[in-house]
Amino acid sequence: MSDVIRLEYRNVTMRFVEAAGQSLTAVSGVSFAVRDGEVVSLIGPSGCGKSTLLNIGSGLYAPSEGEAFVDGERVEGPNAHVAFMLQKDLLLPWRTVAENVMFGVEIQRIPLPERRKRAQALLENLGLSDFSKHYPHQLSGGMRQRVALARTLAVDPSVLLLDEPFSAVDAQTRMVLQRELAQTLKREGKTALLITHDLLEAVTLSDRVLVMSRRPGRIIDELRIDLPARDNPIARRHHARVNEYVSRLMDRLGIGPTEPAAGAVA
Amino acid sequence: MTGASNTAMIRRGTAMSLALLVIFLAAWEWGPRCLGIPSFIIPPLSMVYTEFLRMLAVNALMFHTGITTAEVIAGFILGSLLGAFFGYMLGMSPTAEFALSPYILALQIAPKVAFAPLFILWMGFTVYPKILVAILIVFFPVMVNVLTAVRTVDPDLINLARAFKATRAQIFWKIEFPASMPPLFAGLRIGSTLAVVGVVVGELVGGNMGLGYLLAFGEGQANTPMVFVTILMLTVVGGIAYLAVILIEQRVLHYMPKRALSGF
Ligand SMILES: Nc1ncnc2c1ncn2[C@@H]1O[C@H](COP(=O)(O)OP(=O)(O)OP(=O)(O)O)[C@@H](O)[C@H]1O
Ligand SMILES: [Mg+2]
Repeated sequence: MSDVIRLEYRNVTMRFVEAAGQSLTAVSGVSFAVRDGEVVSLIGPSGCGKSTLLNIGSGLYAPSEGEAFVDGERVEGPNAHVAFMLQKDLLLPWRTVAENVMFGVEIQRIPLPERRKRAQALLENLGLSDFSKHYPHQLSGGMRQRVALARTLAVDPSVLLLDEPFSAVDAQTRMVLQRELAQTLKREGKTALLITHDLLEAVTLSDRVLVMSRRPGRIIDELRIDLPARDNPIARRHHARVNEYVSRLMDRLGIGPTEPAAGAVA
Repeated sequence: MTGASNTAMIRRGTAMSLALLVIFLAAWEWGPRCLGIPSFIIPPLSMVYTEFLRMLAVNALMFHTGITTAEVIAGFILGSLLGAFFGYMLGMSPTAEFALSPYILALQIAPKVAFAPLFILWMGFTVYPKILVAILIVFFPVMVNVLTAVRTVDPDLINLARAFKATRAQIFWKIEFPASMPPLFAGLRIGSTLAVVGVVVGELVGGNMGLGYLLAFGEGQANTPMVFVTILMLTVVGGIAYLAVILIEQRVLHYMPKRALSGF
């Protein structure tokens, strides 16, 4: 991890015009930076503008105020420095696994031999080599999400924006995928912003966790995770301090033991 | 669905289908006689077969079938191409769709076959008015299906492509176009059967060629077996058109989860 800043939000405010004509402020005055090789999680109640921030970072939305920077360049629109992955795998049913992985690099007109090479290497790393000629409907949910991760990595982005990437898969598969993501991020030295509702996921996968308030979303807390082995979230789960971090996050989100009914975030 | 039980289902289903066919043909041959229905109402199977052989020799049945088939093919292909073209255009341009939708709706509600006399007035007793009716009738199901398909592509999918810096053309060719294939083929299936309807109505209204003409001719002669033979030939033409669409569909949509073989 170096001190180079890969992703930065400076005073970002986002207002949406609603059907009735009034405007809705989704996020307000958000500033934070993610350094090279760092993994930062963003948590907060539903509707506080997490996905909105991700869309601003990937250049799909233009902020109403403030600006986002990736690799020191102001984000003016979609750009090759970032790639995102959502809860939905967004695989194209008419493409094989390998062709889906190559989707982004194909759009970026990277030559075919190079595309093939990248797809093959990624599928190998994620244990999908035997499925490269399968179609998405032949895969399990966890495998599909792995293909989506490979597609995201294939464009070799500086920054990965991950929006609840594993929230749609079962608990066991999720742990396996979390470990694979953690190992991949470490091995490739990638920078990532991870949006999640799973506090344990935030703590075990990240170097830092940012907590957002209710809408209009602001950053209300920042928690540095001082745990070893960021590439092994399963080992991290057993660490004594994990509960301490999770309690602190629950506290900041306003989920106390006095309100047992509100056990789940959001 | 396991492979074994599926095969067993197909075998049992085929046996039942064949049994039904035998029962149906037998009922057709002997039913009318047993129930005392005169042969000018329902001619028995053997009589229809004799008429079929007679029409082959005397009425140039194959010539008329060929004319109808050619009109169906021409109308179906042109109507599908036009329908798909407008479907993609309107699908990609909400403004155009908004502006044109009342007219499209009006045309869609108007019974297309009612245009047949008009087209014959315009183009005379040629094959063209028949093809035109078929084009008109095939156009709508294809256009509406393509339009809806383009409209309902998951916006997140488009955003994914946009985030990779896809151009408008790339979004069309890599996402919208392939995503529209299953609904397009659903539209083509409907279109293939409607094309026969359009052509036959055109032929019934005017001209001296095609199966529709034989239908009117048979009616004029009070020749019920002739009408039966013609209806059967029309069904064969429609069936072949439908089957052709299904065969192409199975090649194009090979990536889809395997459905039941029949394709209905
Ligand atoms: N394109 C849009 N147009 C109008 N309003 C929007 C748009 N995108 C988001 N919003 C609104 O902005 C607010 C924040 O939405 P966002 O999706 O960023 O929340 P989130 O924190 O990701 O929520 P969740 O945790 O449920 O995914 C919501 O009130 C939402 O309705
Ligand atoms: Mg969200």
